[in-house]
Amino acid sequence: MTTHPANQQFDVIVVGAGPAGSAAALLAARAGLKVLLLERGEYPGAKNASGAVFYGSAILNELIPNWWEQAPVERHICRRDIAFMSPTTAVALDFRSAGVGFATAPYNGFTVLRPKFDRWLAAQAEAAGAFVLTSAVVDDVLREKGHIVGVRVRREQGEIYGKVVIACDGVNSFLAKKAGLQREFHPHELSLGVKEVIGLDPAIIQDRFHLTDNDGIAFEYLGAITEDVHGGAFLYTNRDSLSLGVIGQVSSLVERRKRPYELLERFKAHPAVAPLVRGGKLREYSAHLIPESGWAMKPKLYTDGMLVAGDAAGFCLAAGLYLEGMNYAMQSGLAAAETAIFACQKNNFSARVLAAYQKNLKQRHVSTDFRAYRHAPSFVNGPRLQNLYPEMVARGMEQIFRVDGTPKRKILPLTYRMVRQSTIKPGQLLRDVYQVARAYLW
Amino acid sequence: MVMTTHEEKMRTVRFRVGATPHIVVNSEICRNDCSVHACVYVCPANLFVPLDDGGILFNYEQCFECGTCYVACNQEGAIRWSYPDGGYGVTFRES
Ligand SMILES: Cc1cc2nc3c(=O)[nH]c(=O)nc-3n(C[C@H](O)[C@H](O)[C@H](O)COP(=O)(O)OP(=O)(O)OC[C@H]3O[C@@H](n4cnc5c(N)ncnc54)[C@H](O)[C@@H]3O)c2cc1C
Ligand code: SF4
Ligand code: SF4
Repeated sequence: MTTHPANQQFDVIVVGAGPAGSAAALLAARAGLKVLLLERGEYPGAKNASGAVFYGSAILNELIPNWWEQAPVERHICRRDIAFMSPTTAVALDFRSAGVGFATAPYNGFTVLRPKFDRWLAAQAEAAGAFVLTSAVVDDVLREKGHIVGVRVRREQGEIYGKVVIACDGVNSFLAKKAGLQREFHPHELSLGVKEVIGLDPAIIQDRFHLTDNDGIAFEYLGAITEDVHGGAFLYTNRDSLSLGVIGQVSSLVERRKRPYELLERFKAHPAVAPLVRGGKLREYSAHLIPESGWAMKPKLYTDGMLVAGDAAGFCLAAGLYLEGMNYAMQSGLAAAETAIFACQKNNFSARVLAAYQKNLKQRHVSTDFRAYRHAPSFVNGPRLQNLYPEMVARGMEQIFRVDGTPKRKILPLTYRMVRQSTIKPGQLLRDVYQVARAYLW
Repeated sequence: MVMTTHEEKMRTVRFRVGATPHIVVNSEICRNDCSVHACVYVCPANLFVPLDDGGILFNYEQCFECGTCYVACNQEGAIRWSYPDGGYGVTFRES
């Protein structure tokens, strides 16, 4: 490799200061490497919108013990609901835990506001010795003899050289595409999330959701909530606000000609949701894409001089019961940093050495989880599981509970009649039951 | 209040508008080759305005940089898409 002026030469260049990038930069800097973390936003988090429940507490706790005592966290999640919705009814599965790990350290999940959380996390990388440069857009990778040797930042003399580049530039990763590792996406592989942060008095939040102190809830909604658009909705509690949003598959929004923010309004107006948000005041509206197809949209993860992590690598588990991206972003960022540290020890940055990334991803349970759930996204994010069945459950319960002088039907005949009345064929139903089992049970 | 119009939503978002557009739409292609006009529905900022002649009027200033229009558009070359200059564009404070 040619040598370049010392001030423009790094061991590791990390692009993107989301959870993947900041975790990677932190670990690499702690290993004594010269690390540069580049972020296009005015500050880390300025471009990032998510739910967001951060389920990576235990991971972060290994890096920064009792991290939640100093980080800008909102509430720890002690209660999770999954609600199946028809236009007027809701049936919810209500999980509450005061148990170890949920209500006690290191906690299972925290709601966070990304512009605050991401900024804090990047500051931890900086404290560990990484150089953090914000307002810096990376436009391309630099190559020498086919190897990636750095990046081009959009500014005068923007060439910056590094032995390893870690692309943590999120779902639209231009870097993975420029490096020839990723293809263009299809609209059915991505979902658009539109979100609002709605201010509400902490005392009202506690009363309304039956919470003490900093306990919090995470509610997910499936069924008629997104009408006929494939998707779902969520509502989470922060300290003095609610985060809520609607997620819709891009191809399905196009086909149904639905505007995402209109779905958001309908969600808030649903009789099961309206009382939860009543009296609140909109503080911020936002939008962001989600890579929904998991394993199927995974790029080639490494090449000579470069690794890809986080959403850029499709490591976001968005499948019915789960919406987890930040924790996998962080785990894959750490696995990439471990690989970069290993390559620096070997002083060899070829794809052959960087292939250790695969082993590191496995050790951090990233590739194993995504392999295990590889069947879930394409099926779960489809019309029957996201819209039809949840709505049938809600309508079914309505019939079970309704007392109107007509004869009471038992559950099996009732189900039979509902399936008969729907567009679903019994054979299809059985196949779907098998698919759900395959996606989640074994 | 909780229920809001799209205009009210957009007023809560902070944008630092750069001098050069980061997204450019070739309205010729929209007019001649596109019957779906996907961008009009999917854009969460509602920035694509259909014109009577089938073309599109686009303004980049209040864009979330989400990339949805780019993946939704089925016409090669209709949308030229990149990020704004560093520090410009949308700046979330709460999300
Ligand atoms: C509506 C919604 C709800 C979600 N809810 C949850 C949830 O509750 N829990 C959860 O775990 N996950 C959730 N996710 C998913 C989660 O947000 C992502 O998986 C996670 O943010 C991925 O982290 P990352 O570091 O890989 O990428 P990002 O967080 O997207 O970070 C990428 C960074 O790179 C920067 N960047 C991009 N391109 C460049 C460039 N060219 N030059 C310089 N910088 C660049 C960006 O500005 C950004 O800071 C949700 C997502 C959405 C949209
Ligand atoms: S979808 Fe593409 S081609 Fe069609 S109107 Fe929109 S930008 Fe133009
Ligand atoms: S990037 Fe997103 S917000 Fe910007 S114009 Fe495209 S769809 Fe609209």
